[in-house]
Amino acid sequence: MSTASKPGRRKSPRSAIPGFGINLGFTLTYLSLIVLIPLAGVFIKSAGLGWDGIWHVVSSPRVLAALQLSFGAALIAALINAVFGPLVAWVFVRYQFPGKRFFDAVIDLPFALPTAVAGIALTSLYSPNGWIGQFLEPLGIKVAFTPIGVIIAMTFIGLPFVVRTVQPVLEEAEKELEEAAATLGANRWQTISQVILPTVFPALLTGFALAFARAVGEYGSIIFIAGNLPMVSEIAPLLIIIKLEEFDYAGATAIAATMLTISFVLLLLINSLQAWSRNRGGRK
Amino acid sequence: MDIQIRDIYKGFGSFPALRGANLDIRSGELIALLGPSGSGKTTLLRTIAGLEFPDAGQILFGGVDTAPLPVSERRVGFVFQHYALFKHMTVLDNITFGLRVRKSKNRPDKDAIRKRALELLDLVQLSGLEKRYPAQLSGGQRQRVALARALAIEPSVLLLDEPFGALDAKVRKDLRRWLRELHDKTGVTTIFVTHDQEEALELADRVVVMNRGSIEQVGSTSDVYERPATPFVFDFLGSVNVFPGTVKDRKLSIDGANVTLDTDNDHAAGAVDIYVRPHDLRVVEEGSSGFDVTIKTVQRTGAIVRLITQLKHNKEIVEVELAHLDPQAINRKVGESIRLQPAIYGLFPRASHDSVRTLPDVDPLAVPEHRERGRLG
Amino acid sequence: MSNPATDYSLQDPPKIPFEPLIERNSSISEPTWVRWSLIFVAILFLALFLLLPLISVFTEALRNGLGPYFAAIVEPDALSSIKLTLIAAAIAVPLNLALGVSAAWCITKFEFRGKSLLISLIDLPFSVSPVVAGLIYVLIFGRQGYLGPWVMDHDIKILFAVPGIVLATIFVTFPFIARELIPLMQEQGTDSEQAALSLGANGWQTFWHVTLPNIKWGLLYGVLLCNARAMGEFGAVSVVSGHIRGETNTMPLQIEILYNEYSFSAAFAVASLLAGLALVTLGVKSFLEWRYGDELAAGRKH
Repeated sequence: MSTASKPGRRKSPRSAIPGFGINLGFTLTYLSLIVLIPLAGVFIKSAGLGWDGIWHVVSSPRVLAALQLSFGAALIAALINAVFGPLVAWVFVRYQFPGKRFFDAVIDLPFALPTAVAGIALTSLYSPNGWIGQFLEPLGIKVAFTPIGVIIAMTFIGLPFVVRTVQPVLEEAEKELEEAAATLGANRWQTISQVILPTVFPALLTGFALAFARAVGEYGSIIFIAGNLPMVSEIAPLLIIIKLEEFDYAGATAIAATMLTISFVLLLLINSLQAWSRNRGGRK
Repeated sequence: MDIQIRDIYKGFGSFPALRGANLDIRSGELIALLGPSGSGKTTLLRTIAGLEFPDAGQILFGGVDTAPLPVSERRVGFVFQHYALFKHMTVLDNITFGLRVRKSKNRPDKDAIRKRALELLDLVQLSGLEKRYPAQLSGGQRQRVALARALAIEPSVLLLDEPFGALDAKVRKDLRRWLRELHDKTGVTTIFVTHDQEEALELADRVVVMNRGSIEQVGSTSDVYERPATPFVFDFLGSVNVFPGTVKDRKLSIDGANVTLDTDNDHAAGAVDIYVRPHDLRVVEEGSSGFDVTIKTVQRTGAIVRLITQLKHNKEIVEVELAHLDPQAINRKVGESIRLQPAIYGLFPRASHDSVRTLPDVDPLAVPEHRERGRLG
Repeated sequence: MSNPATDYSLQDPPKIPFEPLIERNSSISEPTWVRWSLIFVAILFLALFLLLPLISVFTEALRNGLGPYFAAIVEPDALSSIKLTLIAAAIAVPLNLALGVSAAWCITKFEFRGKSLLISLIDLPFSVSPVVAGLIYVLIFGRQGYLGPWVMDHDIKILFAVPGIVLATIFVTFPFIARELIPLMQEQGTDSEQAALSLGANGWQTFWHVTLPNIKWGLLYGVLLCNARAMGEFGAVSVVSGHIRGETNTMPLQIEILYNEYSFSAAFAVASLLAGLALVTLGVKSFLEWRYGDELAAGRKH
């Protein structure tokens, strides 16, 4: 379709299909009312605080510790998923084994299972007398109520993002590429690391970014297992809630704005990195 | 390197892709595997490469059994129909891949690898494009990069799977000629798969015609076209008219028509099918031996006059092609009645019509005895 | 041969499926022990991280037997939380359905400037913390908020009441249906719609008779996913609800309260209902993928 309408000349793009104006109007109105205007409120409010105000809130040791935990743990969790996600995707795309369909459905569990439910379930599993915790306790590994617990919860919610972005790319990957590598004398490991991995890398990066973003903002599945000890296992979203409960709207807004900004910058960075690697790889 | 293929069987599930293929390929030959979809030609090529494993049979490279060799150690240069270039690598990286993945003791040093790749780029006439990515190349250029990549490993045999299948007609013709030149220059034993008979006949030293997992005929391009060994080859390489007939006392008659032809060969008496190409039919005078048809359509295209005619005795359609300067071709009109006589034809026992494709005693390397070539007059 | 064998030459070329990759002797696969080790690691990872938590929900819920389980569910506060959750989902899901279809229609059937920006904006709620999603409504409707005084003057209750919960739920589940539909409708293009219009159908008829039948399974899955998230949303709702027992507690909030009061099995009993909903969602999804895989393929990415 060539509908390159000159800007300002035509209101709606030339198309035989009706309903552009009314649907775009509805979408934009809805989007503005529910998402954009309220979200802008955060930044207007934080702008009211000024840099000093925001810095004052964010630089307090407790907030810094919480931000550090949220972003640090999210990074580790996303990295874990960046390792296991492609592995899971690979196994599901390439191999046949009993129970495959069942486990394939299980991968989506974190999408469908409410976060609070996941939170209390993980806590009961990893508490010192839980199914998994009882084996870790004698080893001196504490998961529940420590940053490790935060990482585990973040890994739980992030996994499907990586698997589900990598899986279709692996499925569509041409078998011929691997065969070509083999005829040229590459062994299996060389084929996987030099041919397959670069092919799925953009998708992996997307999955990583999605998992990371989700983990940074995650609340429900973490607060139960984290134990929420200030300076140790208190995540940034929880701190927002605590500030709100103290009616410290300014403090809550400052933390929220900081989180949003860092997240957006990171996502932008990853997006451009991804665009770069996709352009380089070219499309078919 | 010469290649022997011995009794290769290969099935995919219940589908028999290859049923006992035998073939000898001489060193430095350019061979075409020709056949329709599902004839097993690609499977045979992939089996030679080591991308598929035969259920039974042997493939020998220079007299050595390849069975224990995985594909990565066979040194086959394989060119895929859709190029299979590594999209995330530059042209140069694609070409050097096969050298870079070698174990360090067999690997040339960096400069040597680069030098070789640039030479190959020159050979495939893509000098200067080494920094491009595959996405920035045209289809024909990509195919040539794929070829250079395959040649980089100094392959013992070059295998091409429908190498021009994805290209448009013009590029295809150019590349065909270019590939022939390249082969003459490098002398690498080359096998390519195609379903395009013109491509096979134009390019190859010898053509292997395949059907339903078996090799029907192997021969020079003129052999397979002019002396088809089986009804299938007759049918696949050009159009053909088939008449039921009978052989008796060295005489061949077309059933239901007043035609008697002498056969110079000892053909077993009995029911036969007579295969005649449209341009091997001639129009003869009333009274000569022949069968009568009515002209239904006259098509004049360039140097050829094509007559679609109908047999008088059983209403079957018969296609006739005459040269436009042939006196018999001039002024032919729809509705006209003419007499036709086969000038050149093939004879196949009627029973073979069902089973010739799987006959175990068909030796694809020899012109079978139950086929003959007759000439009248 | 008396029965002529099937003439393969007339059939499509034999499909060599991807399965040969897993055959023992395939040229481009891994040795058997590597394959099974990878499968083992992947399944172990999934079992430990995903399956075990799910199983534990039901085991913990039934730890004290069926009697206490049902008692925990029919307890008045629990019942009222179930009711509130259903109400919130019943409002949020249809609204997001309307938006999802409308947005997908614009984005996939037309070319216009700023389209990719619009897609990014629709995705925005995915990358905003649910807690922040709750916060933004507090900033607007709260006592010191932009509209706070006006709302109070007119005696409208939004925060710590059902409207606030619904708003927060809508925000968080905003992109689900649109995300499911956009790739699906993109793949289907506009040919069918143009054909219908050329045959004299009006816009609405075209959508109803031509577009909808093509996207119905993707749409259903989007609705299910949206619904599961709407009923399960915790962070955003937690901020705006005020946690008034029996009034503004949704099921996830009720779970939190019960859990913090150490009524573990009651918490897990309520949780098991939501887990059941998740299972149904996944079950239907798997069924749709198995039955209508091709139609959904385009919409698989989330």
